[in-house]
This record gives sequence, structure tokens and C-alpha cells, in this order.
Amino acid sequence: MQSQATYNYKVVRQFAIMTVVWGIVGMLVGVIVAAQLIWPELNVHEFLHFGRLRPLHTNAVIFAFGGCALFATSFYVVQRTCHTRLFAPGLASFVFWGWQLIIVAAAVTLPLGITTGKEYAELEWPIDIAIAVVWVAYAVVFFGTVATRKVSHIYVANWFYGAFIIAVALLHIVNSVEIPVSLFKSYSAYAGVQDAMVQWWYGHNAVGFFLTAGFLGMMYYFVPKQADRPIYSYRLSVVHFWALIFTYMWAGPHHLHYTALPDWAQSVGMLFSLILLAPSWGGMINGIMTLSGAWHKLRTDPILKFMVTSLSFYGMSTFEGPMMSVKTVNALSHYTDWTVGHVHSGALGWVALISIGSVYFLLPRLYGKTEMYSTKLVNTHFWVATVGIVLYIASMWIAGVMQGLYWRAVNPDGTLTYAFVEGVKATYPLWTIRLVGGALFLVGMLIMFYNMLKTIAGERAYNAPIVAPAAAHA
Amino acid sequence: MADFINSFWDLYVSGLVAFGLLFCLVVLVTNMTSKESGEPKLQGHVWDENLREYNNPLPRWWLYLFWATVIFSIFYLYLFPGFGNRHSNPADPEKDRGLRAQYAQEVFDAEGTYGPIFARYQGISVETLAKDPDAVATGQRLFLTYCAQCHGSLGQGSRGFPNLTDGDWLYGGDPETIKGSISEGRAGMMTPLGGTLTADEIKDAANYVRSLSNLSHDAARAARGRDIFTGKGTCLTCHGADGKGAVAMGISMGVPAMGLLGAPNLTDSVWLYDNSEDAIIEGITRGRNAGPGSLTNNMPAWKDFLGEAKVHVLAAYVYSLSNK
Repeated sequence: MQSQATYNYKVVRQFAIMTVVWGIVGMLVGVIVAAQLIWPELNVHEFLHFGRLRPLHTNAVIFAFGGCALFATSFYVVQRTCHTRLFAPGLASFVFWGWQLIIVAAAVTLPLGITTGKEYAELEWPIDIAIAVVWVAYAVVFFGTVATRKVSHIYVANWFYGAFIIAVALLHIVNSVEIPVSLFKSYSAYAGVQDAMVQWWYGHNAVGFFLTAGFLGMMYYFVPKQADRPIYSYRLSVVHFWALIFTYMWAGPHHLHYTALPDWAQSVGMLFSLILLAPSWGGMINGIMTLSGAWHKLRTDPILKFMVTSLSFYGMSTFEGPMMSVKTVNALSHYTDWTVGHVHSGALGWVALISIGSVYFLLPRLYGKTEMYSTKLVNTHFWVATVGIVLYIASMWIAGVMQGLYWRAVNPDGTLTYAFVEGVKATYPLWTIRLVGGALFLVGMLIMFYNMLKTIAGERAYNAPIVAPAAAHA
Repeated sequence: MADFINSFWDLYVSGLVAFGLLFCLVVLVTNMTSKESGEPKLQGHVWDENLREYNNPLPRWWLYLFWATVIFSIFYLYLFPGFGNRHSNPADPEKDRGLRAQYAQEVFDAEGTYGPIFARYQGISVETLAKDPDAVATGQRLFLTYCAQCHGSLGQGSRGFPNLTDGDWLYGGDPETIKGSISEGRAGMMTPLGGTLTADEIKDAANYVRSLSNLSHDAARAARGRDIFTGKGTCLTCHGADGKGAVAMGISMGVPAMGLLGAPNLTDSVWLYDNSEDAIIEGITRGRNAGPGSLTNNMPAWKDFLGEAKVHVLAAYVYSLSNK
């Protein structure tokens, strides 16, 4: 009966370790593609060509690194805040192995050139079906645990995880409706501009629900835990939760400004992206204000530094996003490296930093300890990563604005001032700075890997006893 | 009906947009007042040992920011397309405030500003324009935008794309022919002979072709290849009995239209593709621009995209490249 009295940390451990491993793999591929832009000679083989590796990079960091971080933390958080053991542990194990198999399938098929050609949804139909099956299993485990909770109220982190799980299932299934013509080739069920609209409805909500709502769930557990402070405002969490999940669904068309998409859809997409600013910032306010009264902890606690910095980047990129969705700004920024910079201020600054902080919190606890092997190395990781992000996004801002201005510059006779290649040439120094920034971030992950090995080496896997729910007190 | 196939969709979209904005307004209105005062109070729940929640009121500046974005949106929808079919009417530009109208306005403004510059150039002959530094500079900038992708930044060409600086012309290098090539495009075609000739015969013909420009070759094969060139292979039909190509053939026969064939001169050491035996064999076997398996050989027509005036200035620039 021992197993009934403890949480199930096994699947959490598996996902937490693979978060670090896939993070290194995905970011290494990112560094390689960044180098390929500077030195085209590095495109040594068709399997290792930029066009094949770039989707491998995005899939690996979003779905392998980010996905594992979300699985690890949600399985931990849902047990701890529901005061009960994970529902259907066999199914949870299936989720882990299924997801790893999907990642490996992606890593094999994408370099082979097997792709649907839909950004962030490149995987072909057999893998799409596998994702849907694993995702449904994940939903059963998560919501099963919530349903068997020992406390009456569902903790805020679980609302966000729950919304993320439901929305991602919806998005993935609708966008992946396709007609197979062979085992490795299918065509989208939608045509023309409708296909583009469905794709970006998916694409932007993948940002909204996978990369925002899911990681807000993470934030709502690990920030108050690490700071040992109450959440700033319950009311704010309710309001910004509903406003966020309601408005995000409309924002996709801002990826299709000045295209064949009808005017009304472009306008509505832009306006709801703007409206999204306040609901997005609600999460940042609640996270940062939770720290009021605990600011002094930042001096000594590098894990808290990761979390606060991630909230700052979250606030910054959720301001930048609505701004870039304004048509006039988009006319300058679209198709430039500014978009790449924006994505990475969200991906490195928000998603990766909050995940790294949370995994540093988790790792020792999953082995019955309270501290990482070296807090000093956690601190080193923080600074290396932060400098890397700043170099990355600052260089891409400059590159993007420069490219936008190059492309629109006109001579007195109406001809373009710069040939396209001149804009490319001028971007080389900035691509080099970006490569340095990205490489620093990867170095940070390698430091984390070493620290993780030292923390868990020789330690026995640990499953904490289930905490009895506290008596409610007003 | 602008963007929708019937009025249902207009209502559907307007209804959803109105509902979306209304939802945000309801959220805002119901959360404006706050009874909280003094010390923040903890909610009555505890999770996982120490997770609790205050219930602080929503920050005022945050609420005002939310209000501002919603009010801006309502004004935007009042002024621009977005609320169903409103302001979207391609049939009547006066009532259209969408991208079509903006684009038409920009094109109209650009024509007003830049049109006269090109109209003036159009009145000057290509030869004269090619000596005008301003016109050549304008032409070069157009070239870098529209032509350099294939012909190179310096007009030097590359495999399959003609060099425009070497004085060698497939269709002729006089101003009118250059303008014609840019305006209407070109589609040079060579018949594939893989089905007509044996592999051995093709190799013989390739050796003869190499001999025409004094490249190393097998003399016995070249001798046999000469017969194929003028006989079974019917190569002379386009390249001429002396292999000097269609333009030269047209001149010698007094038939300028022969120049339209674009068949290259095989004797002048200028090679559009490659002068290796393998490349020549490949060309003879599969032809050029002759369907699947053969390399395409197309220049797009720019007349409709650029308009005659810009084609005229571009022609002057291209002419200047080989007529210093």
C-alpha cells in the first residue's frame, strides 16, 4: 500500500530530465542553422540543409523541450495541488514513451524532407495521428487527477494547464485535417487563403495556448512556491484567465496582414491582438507582484532570478506582439528578422527561463533533496543565458528594422534604393552577434546538464508522501 | 457583397465581433469597483502546504489599458473594414476603405510622382539614353531589382542565363530586339534528339560541335558527327550549315525572322550551358525547354508588370552594357 501514500514522481523525473536533453538538442540545431546563415558552406548535405534543419529546430525546442517541460511540471503540479496520486499511471507512462517516440520520428522525418509544409505543423499524417492519441491520453491523466482531487477548489495553475490541454487538442486536430496520398505524404483538406487562415489560427494559438497558457500554469505554481509568498490577486487571475483564453482565439490573422486574406479578417485579427495586451499582462502583474515582500530573496536565489526575468521578458514580448500586429508596424516588421527576434524574446526569455527555473526547483525534490548540486552554477547559468538572450534579441531588432527600412527605401525616380542582396549583406554582422547570443544560451544548457548529472548521480529516485489537505481557514 | 457569398456571413461575422467586444466590456464593467481597502486579505484556501492567494483589486492602470484597447477597436471598426462587410466594397472604390483602395491610391500617387520621369525618358532613343548617366543609373537599379536574380548583379549571367555584357546575342542586340526580349519574354527551345539518334550518334555529333570551336575532340567521331549535323540530326535547320546560329543564318539568308529561333552560334566559344562533352550530349539528348527532363529556358515577359516606359529604360541599361 506504499504506492497509495506517495505522489507518482516517476513520469515527472523522466520528463524533467528529457527537458534538459531535448533543450540541448534543439538549441544545438538552432546554433547550427544560425551559423548556416553566416556561412552557407555549412549546408553540407540535403539532410542537413537549412531548409530541413530549421523546422527540426522549431519542433525540437517547442514540442520536445517546451513539451517535456509542460508535461513534467503539469504532472507534478496537478498531483501536489490536488493532494492525490496521478490518475492512471500506466497511461502517464504511455504519454512519456509516446511523446519521446514522436520526437524521434520528427527528428528522422524532417531531415529526410518528409513534411506537410505547414509551419509548426510540419509532421506528416501518421505522426499527427500519434500526437492526437498521446494528447488524449495526457488529457485523461490530467483531468482524471483533477477529478479525483482531495480539495474542493481547483488551483489556478490547473486552469491554465487545463485550457492549454483542451485548446492544443482542438488546434492540432482541426489544422491537421489532411488527405493522405501515401504513407509519408498528405495534402491539407483546406485550400488557398482558407488553408492559410486555418494554419495561422493554429499557429498563433499554438503560441497562445502551448507557449503562453501552459507556461502561465507553470508560473502560477513555481513562482509562489519558490518565493514562499501568496499569489497577489485571485480576482486578477480569474479575469485575465478568461480574457486571455477568449481573445487569443481571434488573433491569428495578424500573421496574414497585406495578403489575400479579406480585409475584415485582417482588421479583426489586429484588434483582438491589441486587446490581448492587458489580459497577457495580467499574468505578468500577478507573477511579479507575488514577489512584493520577497524582493530580497532575489539576491541569493538564482532560481527566483530565472522566474522574475522570465516574467519581464513575458511582459516585454506580449507588448511587442500586439504592437507588431498593428498593420502599420507590421508593414515594416513582416518578413524581417524582427519577427525572429520577437519569437526568441518569448521563446528564450519567457518559455525557456521559466522552464529552466521550474526544472531547477523540481530536480532535487524528485530525488529527495532540496538543493541542486551547485547553486553557484545555477547562478552562472542565469547570467550566461540572460546575456545570450539580450545579444540575440537586440541584434534581431536592429537587423529587422534595418531590413524593413532597406526594403522600403526609394530613390527620387521611384526605383528601390537597395537591391535585396544589399540588405542581406548588411545583416551579416548582426547574424554573427545572434549566433554568439544563441551559443551562449546553449552553453547555459550544458552547464545545467552537468549540474543535473551531479545532482542526481548516485541518488535514489524519490516519491514524496502525499500531503494531507490543510484545513481551510479564513 | 464584398467578402462574403451571402448576407448571412456578414451578420455572422458582425455578430461574433460584437459579441467579442461586448464580452471584454462586460468583464471590465463588472470589475471596475473594488471594495477592498486596508490590508489585503488572504483567500480561505491553502494548496500544497503553503500556496495561498490574496484578493487584491485589479490595478487601475491595467483596467484603463484594457479599456483603451477596447475603445480603440470600436473606433477602428467604425472607420475601417472589419465589422462584417462595412467599408469593404470593391465595386465602388468610393465606399471601400480596405487594402484594395489603399493600394490603388498608392499606385496613383506613385504614377503622379514618378510617371513624368519615365515619360521623358521614353521620348529619347535607347542609343541616346544609354549615354545618359542618370537614365543608366535608373536602369541599373531596375535591373538589380528585377533582372539580377538570373542575369547576375553585373549582367554577367550564369549557367542557363545569358551574359548580357559580351556582345554575343541569341536574338540580336539592337535596341528594338532588346526591348522586344524584355517586353515579350523569350522561350528558346531545342528539340530533344534522344529518340531520333542513337547514343553513339549523339556522341559523334557532340564531338563535331566541340570541333566547331576548336575544343579537344575525337577527329573520327567529329567527322561522322558532321554528317549527322547536316543530315539525320537536322541540326542545321536552326544552327545553320556552318553552326553559326539562327541570327547569323537569318542575316546570310536575308530573313531577319530567323533570329526569333534564338539558336546559339556554336562556333564562337560562348556557352549558355557548358562546353563539356557530357553537357553537350545531355543537351542534344534531352533538348532544352522541351518538357520534363530537359532544362527550362524561359525569360518572362515584363511588359504588363513594368509597363513600356520602364522596359525602355531597362533596354537602355542593357544596351549600355555592351555598347560603351
